[in-house]
This record gives sequence, C-alpha cells and structure tokens, in this order.
Amino acid sequence: MRPALSAGSRKGRLSETLFVGALLLAVLIGVAALAALVISVLSQGIPRLSIEFLTSLPSRFAEKAGARPAIFGTLWIISVCTLFSVPVGIGAAIYLEEFAKKGRLSTLIDVNIANLAGVPSIIYGLLGLALFVRMFAMGRSVLAGGLTLGLLVLPVIVIVGREALRAVPSSIREGALALGATKWQTISRQVLPVALPSFMTGVILAISRAIGETAPLIAMGALTYVTFVPKALGDRFTALPIQIFNWTSRPQAEFLDTAAAGIVVLLVVLLTMNTAAVLLRHRFEKVPRS
Amino acid sequence: MRGRRRHHETAIKGLLAACALISVATTAGIILALASETLAFFKQISPFRFFTGTVWAPTFGSNAAFGVLPLINGTLMVTAIAVGFATPIGLAIAVYLSEYAPKRVRSALKPCLEVLAGVPTVVLGFFALNFVTIRLLEKGIPGVERFNALSAGLVVGLMIVPLIASLSEDAMRSVPQGLREAAYGLGATKRITALRVILPAALSGIASAVILAMSRAIGETMIVAIAAGNQPRMSFNPLEGIQTMTAYIVQVSLGDTPTGSIAYRTIFAVGTTLFAITFLLNLLSIRIVRKFRETYQ
Repeated sequence: MRPALSAGSRKGRLSETLFVGALLLAVLIGVAALAALVISVLSQGIPRLSIEFLTSLPSRFAEKAGARPAIFGTLWIISVCTLFSVPVGIGAAIYLEEFAKKGRLSTLIDVNIANLAGVPSIIYGLLGLALFVRMFAMGRSVLAGGLTLGLLVLPVIVIVGREALRAVPSSIREGALALGATKWQTISRQVLPVALPSFMTGVILAISRAIGETAPLIAMGALTYVTFVPKALGDRFTALPIQIFNWTSRPQAEFLDTAAAGIVVLLVVLLTMNTAAVLLRHRFEKVPRS
Repeated sequence: MRGRRRHHETAIKGLLAACALISVATTAGIILALASETLAFFKQISPFRFFTGTVWAPTFGSNAAFGVLPLINGTLMVTAIAVGFATPIGLAIAVYLSEYAPKRVRSALKPCLEVLAGVPTVVLGFFALNFVTIRLLEKGIPGVERFNALSAGLVVGLMIVPLIASLSEDAMRSVPQGLREAAYGLGATKRITALRVILPAALSGIASAVILAMSRAIGETMIVAIAAGNQPRMSFNPLEGIQTMTAYIVQVSLGDTPTGSIAYRTIFAVGTTLFAITFLLNLLSIRIVRKFRETYQ
C-alpha cells in the first residue's frame, strides 16, 4: 500500500485536517458573501424605506423618489405572465404525461423544453421585441411584457407540472378508469387534485423568479423612468427590478440608497412567496401517500 | 351521448396538445426572430467583418465599426473569472455537503444555497457595484476602475456557486456507498476517498455542472450591465471596464432604437451569437452526462 493512503502517520492526519479546513473555508466564503449582500442591502435600504417610498412617483431627487409606478407595473405584468403561463404550462404537462405516446414527437418536445430552460433570459426579451412588440403590434405594453415573461417561465412550469403528475400513483388512475370514468374525467377529478399542491409549489417558485427578471423586460423595451401607473393592458410600464437597475446606474451616490430600499421591497416579496412555497410543500409532505 | 362524450374528450386532447406545441413554437419563434434580423444585418455588414473585427463602434456614424470580438472578449473574461472563482468553491461545498457535513449543518446550508440561487441578478449587480467594487476592490487595489470585469466576474461567480455545488453534490451522492466502503476497507482516509474515489466517479456530473454554469455566466446580463461597464475593448486587464454581449444589448435597448436601423439589427446579430454559444454549451452539458456517466449496478 502506498504511504499516502495510510491515516496513521502524523503527516497524514495533518493533511486530513487541512483538507477539511479548506472545505470549510469555501463554505465560509459562500455564507459570508450572502451575509455581506443581505447586510449591505438592509443597512442602506431600511433607513430610506417609508410609506412615501411605496406610494410616491419617481423623482430626480433621490430622497423624494418613490416606487409606486414600478410596484404597480410589476403587479400588472406578473398577473399577465401567470394567467398565460400557468394554464398553458399545466395543459402542456398534462398532454405530455397523460396523453402523448412515447415517440419522435414527444422526444422532440422533451428535448426542446430542456433546451428552452437553458436559453439566456435576455434572448426571450429579443423574442418579445420581435414577436409581441413588432409583429403583433402590441407596442411596449403591459401585455407584451407579461407575455414575454410568460414564455420565459413556461418551460419551468411544464417541467414542475410533469414532475407533479408523475408523482401521482397510477393506482388512482386505474381505479377511476375501472369505475368507468373517461380519461379526462380521471385526470380532472382524480389526478389533478392530488398533483395540485406540489404543482403550486413549483409555480410559486417559478413566478417568484419572473418577478426578479430584469433583462428580458429591458430588451423588449420597457421604460426605465415612468411617472404614471399603468391602467390597462396596452399601457407602457416599468417594473420594480428595472427601477432598481435605473437607480443603481445613476451617477449620484444617494440613488444607491434608494436602489437598496427598492431591493428590500423586492426581497420581502420574494421571501414571502418562497416561504409560502415551503409551507405548501411541508403540508403536502405530511399527507400520507397511498 | 357516447359520441358527444368522445368528441368532448378529443377536443380536450387537442387543446392540451396545442399547449404542448406552444413550447415548440417558442423555439421556432426565437430562431426565426433572431435569424431574420441577423440575415438583414449580414446583408449590410459581411459576417467576416463581424466575426473577425476587433473594433466595436456601431453607433459612430460614418466611422462605425462592427467587429464583435471585443464583446466576445469581454464576455469570456467575465466568464473565466466567474468559473475560476465558482468551480473550486462550488466543488468544495459539494464535497463538504456530500461527504463531511453532519445532518444539521446540511439542513442549514442547503437553504442558504437556495436563497443565493434565488437572489434576482439585478440585486447581485447592485452588490457587485456597491459592495465588491466600492467597498472592497477600490480600497484594496490601486488603479481599479469604477466599472471593471473583476467585480462583475466575481459576483457572476457567486451567482453560479449554488448551481455547481448542488449539481455536483447530486452527482457525488449518487456514487454507490459500496465504493466508499471499499476505499475505507483498503485503508484510505476520508480525504483520499473523496479525492481519488468519489470525485473521479462523479466526474461526468461535475463536468456537466461546470459547463452549464459557464453557459449561465455567458448569458448573465444584469450583473455585467451594472458593474462591468460599457467599454468594448480587446483588453485582458480585469481591472478595466469592458462590455459583454449581453450588456451591449441592454445599452442599445435603453435608448430608443428605430426598427430596421443598423443599431436595431446589431442587437439581434449579437443575440444570435450569444444564443449559439449558450445553445452549444447546453447541448455539450447534456451530452457529457449521457455519454460518460459511470453506471453502477
């Protein structure tokens, strides 16, 4: 046996300890970076937070700038995004898991969805620009922005939908079919209710990613400085992450504090959604599986 | 009754199939949108000039130059810093989680990684400029520019650490317990087992994770748009400002570019280049897992 393999020598024990030390150092760097991120954002942002910040319009003066149009813009586009991507995503997932025969077409769709999930988000912005803004002449509207984000999260929703359906025991399907239910009755009344909690968990996580997306909205031409709240699907808009980007990239240093305040708002929203998803998953895991 | 029910079922099936086809249509849409504008661009600027030119100045009127290499250079520099930073750290975290961490530490560390993976990139961009550049680099390194590739690269690296760590950990944990026990039985220490048995056995999974992370880093937009600057140059100095492909698309998108103008088309030509590179890397990542996976049992 080679001496390097033996643990007994003092040199061997030292290198074991050094190795674990190096691993822990890497863990520490990761955790410290996350802590620095959170602390620097909170310490800069919280003093700037107020009701006025949430309810007033943006301004050339950092101390007066508010996030109202951005918050409403985000609400609008995320609603459009959810209304489009969730029904279409679950529909596609049901088709692929319950109906599609294993063959060329289903393999093609499979590979395609896996690839779509890896396309950089800014490319979806260019797609939104060419397709929704120009070709369908929607302009740089709430509708175009929401649909762009919808296409972006669609592959993720299809993937989580399929996983949720796959986890439903096939005995439930067989039982329903044996009692004379049609395929669709089986799916809509037996399979979907069982799959729903786990599907919802995935959807909440996917939508919370969409809330933080900036690049595709900028590429499709969302505004960065807006002094009005969108009132209809055809209105132009900005969104919270874009507003944060705008504040961050201004030359005046005071705007960095304003950006930090915007980030605190964004992170609180995301944290709430993620907590909801975790609680939902937790509850779902408690239900005994048949 | 029966016939109606059957029609009903067929209609639903058709509707669901249409939903599934939207995903294929999305891919087709991406390719068509990128291709049509890129072809129009290449009618004005030859592909040779585009791919070999070393000056990128598309808005300089009569002196305009359309060489994409500075943007590719900037992208690759940020990616190299990111992957160079994230691979050792991500791998070490993976080894720790898979081979060393007690259950309680593990259940505390995993959510930390998930939180880090869920931070929006615009927030990471803010962190890169406001903390890494202003509070660390400018205090520690003389001559560093406000916008520089190093800060953006490090924070893009931070972004891909969770991806590398969790995918590599999955690969290491799926190495059968028998291999570990056999190594211990031969007298190997924990470190030797981790480095010479587990890592090689999980290598395909790790390689595919790193390639996937590389593709993410190349496509990352907000961090570089905020922290890396907007100066397309053929520089290898990480302390200077550069411009990446994604940051260029953002820069043009922020101005109001008229449809059909050459500036409007450049973002699609750059987008196509970006899409092609990330697509090939994603494909490679999937291939590596399929081809070189060590199968046990």
